[in-house]
Amino acid sequence: MTALAALFVRDVRLAIRVGGGGGIGVLFFLIVVTLMPFAIGPDLALLGRIGPAILWLGALLASLLTLDRLLAMDQEDGSLDLMLTGRSPLELAVAAKALAHWLTTGLPLVIAAPLLGLFLNLDLGSSGAVALTLLAGTPALTFIGLIGAALSVTLRRGGLLLAVLVMPLTVPVLIFGVAASNAALVGPLPFGTPFTILCALTLISIVVGTFAAATALRHGME
Amino acid sequence: MRLLGTQLVCVRGGRQVFAGLDFDVGAGEALVVTGRNGAGKSSLLRMIAGFVRTAGGLLELRHGDPELTLPEQAHYLGHQDALKPSLSVAENLDFWARYLGAEAPGRDGLEAVGLGAVAALPAAYLSAGQRRRLSIARLVAVQRPLWLLDEPTSALDRAAQETLAGLMRAHLAGGGLIVAAAHGPIGLADTKELRLEEAP
Repeated sequence: MTALAALFVRDVRLAIRVGGGGGIGVLFFLIVVTLMPFAIGPDLALLGRIGPAILWLGALLASLLTLDRLLAMDQEDGSLDLMLTGRSPLELAVAAKALAHWLTTGLPLVIAAPLLGLFLNLDLGSSGAVALTLLAGTPALTFIGLIGAALSVTLRRGGLLLAVLVMPLTVPVLIFGVAASNAALVGPLPFGTPFTILCALTLISIVVGTFAAATALRHGME
Repeated sequence: MRLLGTQLVCVRGGRQVFAGLDFDVGAGEALVVTGRNGAGKSSLLRMIAGFVRTAGGLLELRHGDPELTLPEQAHYLGHQDALKPSLSVAENLDFWARYLGAEAPGRDGLEAVGLGAVAALPAAYLSAGQRRRLSIARLVAVQRPLWLLDEPTSALDRAAQETLAGLMRAHLAGGGLIVAAAHGPIGLADTKELRLEEAP
């Protein structure tokens, strides 16, 4: 357990120090959301209606942007090799890394979402609902991304391939995330139904993601 | 404790690197693997460390800890140093010591390789030789019976090579095992040699 805690603390530290790239995702999120009103025009009613979808798309793209930092840097400097000689199972080690990654890149998106909701003419309640769905859904994005990161880890500069690999797999999360946000805003569906499915998707991807990523790493090491 | 390799076969990228390789290292013994570039020295070490699959043959550590696998009882010192430039020297060592299983990592490792004075410095400012020494400190900070050293003396100055030789002698005297890949002498007097020839 000490080993996993040490790994978690190290990854959080690396992300928040200079050059760690923890803040880049939030900046990207801010830019995507800010650009949307320029592209769509000053139609406040329209912006309010599609606001949750824009926030979700922005968060999805921002979380894809930072995925290549998840494992690639540890592969480049040989840390991943040494992790295989550790005594904690690789599944738990990658889970600890993904958790640290979510805490430093996913959680800031959730916190930023209500603020960015103001840009899209969302009232505070609606923004809160979107933030809640992001809180439930962004861990799924990280853990699905973990599979892609493990698959593309031995490729130099595999960041773009990683995004292409992962994006189709995130479609269900996006659908139910936006559905739950819209349900909170306009109905007619009760908020609970899509939100429960979103939580289920997150729990499934945490389990599947860690095992799939560990398997992919073991086979890809060579 | 005894590390045995029997009829090992290594295939990488579809090419057979070596085949029918036998070796035997006992407690307190050092095995130096030699051979030309590309003969499979590093591949053999990575195979023992569990990073490369054996295409055939058997690797076993007799009388080791039955609860642990072979890689979990080995230290691997490769060409990559697994150091994070934005963490300090002490933080880098502390992380690996904790991750690899030290109960309470201390400063012994840093002192042993003469890096005690730069403990608070970010690893980004270390020279190649200092980075190497910091990697070596890991071997001291966590007790593991088998050391796998890939060209351990590269980038080290004469004094640091002496320090490393001293650490290796202490490790062997404590019943440890060393398998090292090297082109030149590694500073140990009494070593076995395993020469890798071109695969037939």
